[in-house]
Amino acid sequence: MTVQQRAAELFARLAAGDRRALARGITWVENGAEEATALMRLAYPRTGRAHVVGITGPPGAGKSTLVDRLAMELRSRGQTVAIVAVDPTSPFSGGAILGDRIRMQRTLTDPGVFMRSLAARGHLGGLSPATGEVVGLLDAFGFDVILVETVGAGQSEVEIMALAHTTCVVVIPGMGDEIQAIKAGILEIGDVFACNKADREGAERTVSEIEMMLDLGHMGKPGINRWPVEPGGAPPKAAGAGAGAGAGVGDALRRLDRTGHHSAEELAGAAGHMTHAAAHVAARHGTANPGDVSWRPPVLKTVAKDGQGVSALADRLAEHLAFLKETGRWEARREQDAALRVQALVSEWVARATLARARAAGDYERLVRQVAERQLDPYSAADEILKNHWGR
Amino acid sequence: MEAVSTRKIRVLVAKLGLDAHDRGAKVVARAYRDAGFEVIYTGLYQRPEAVAAAAIQEDVDVVAISSLAGAHGVLIPQLIQLLREQGADDILILAGGIIPEDEVPALLEAGVSRVFGPGSDLDEIIEYTKVNVKR
Repeated sequence: MTVQQRAAELFARLAAGDRRALARGITWVENGAEEATALMRLAYPRTGRAHVVGITGPPGAGKSTLVDRLAMELRSRGQTVAIVAVDPTSPFSGGAILGDRIRMQRTLTDPGVFMRSLAARGHLGGLSPATGEVVGLLDAFGFDVILVETVGAGQSEVEIMALAHTTCVVVIPGMGDEIQAIKAGILEIGDVFACNKADREGAERTVSEIEMMLDLGHMGKPGINRWPVEPGGAPPKAAGAGAGAGAGVGDALRRLDRTGHHSAEELAGAAGHMTHAAAHVAARHGTANPGDVSWRPPVLKTVAKDGQGVSALADRLAEHLAFLKETGRWEARREQDAALRVQALVSEWVARATLARARAAGDYERLVRQVAERQLDPYSAADEILKNHWGR
Repeated sequence: MEAVSTRKIRVLVAKLGLDAHDRGAKVVARAYRDAGFEVIYTGLYQRPEAVAAAAIQEDVDVVAISSLAGAHGVLIPQLIQLLREQGADDILILAGGIIPEDEVPALLEAGVSRVFGPGSDLDEIIEYTKVNVKR
């Protein structure tokens, strides 16, 4: 069989619900097997349906246990769940011990759950190099929700934000001043915060510190999932504690689109579900630009080991998804992701093909040697390779 | 355009049944890691069904079962049967721990490739695994 045939055969099995084919496909994309690109081509049209939820936070915060509980909760709501858990690779041997399954005992034999452990393989953003493709295959297989658990994250493992539609940052009590230390790191990327192990002393304080940080609005410019920060003021609490705004805001805004400018009171009256703050934002901006509607990340207390707060967490995640869809962010995100994906592939393929041609011609080695001996600078070397070997 | 292949051997290190002793399993897991393998460790008290599900979802090349409590004669053949039923017959099955000599032939008969007793050399386990991985 050719590469294409092998990929087509595996994809047919995968599309028919064969979990072993799904597992093998994941291995292909992880290993960069020769069938991987053909498989991803076939799978792509079936992607774009799952809600991808990132779970991140420092090591020992209880991410795996929370993911296990969350998977159970989502199953009880009739949703199918895939779990991707990333653990570090040894920088010395290239090996890894992937232990996230130890905490995921409750759903292991449930046919509505599929769990895969990935080693980071030297990649530093909190994920593994192929996590995006793995999520794509799980999406194509038809899972409703894909939970992606990052490696224990510190300050800059923020890649999950680009992969997940909704990012849940898990913290634990007693971090105290450490919250201050990491507030410019992963705390910026949370759409939902879970203070896990909330039965421990200090949970209230940790929650209030995060709330305060969110209210300070230091988060900078609004990102795709963010809320607008009003100049000199607190960010509006549109979807705050109840986060019920998700369902109503979009409707209200569509109505506003047609009717133009209104006072805050009129706007609030126009939409039953719309919170006053969301109406205030819409009125303030004077338009019904969906980007102006805000999501204030809720902060929850959870005790993953006995399931406390997990149902509320599942509610908030679903509300965030509704918010993305209602406000046009889901669509905007699809376009952004598509552009980034195409750009990344072009960069990767151009680089690989160009370098391969330069190697075959002997230019690559010659130029690299000259750069090493300081006879040539790397900019000129790259320029020469591109001039002579880029393109057909 | 194809990606650059980076094949890693994936091993599931498993404990079956009511067997609380996982020091050996951890030592072997660590040795595999240091040899550059990716090791999935499931923790204690696993049912054969859970280990089979994990082996399939993780698409491992090897399942290494550590047994120190005497139930291997029943649980390991059950596991192998489950894997075969689900089409996962290309997985190398290894066993280790306290397994009496006279019970080894039955395990080999059931589909275990090799049984490593106490005092086995870690390098030998790794070398055997590398050479005998089926795909």
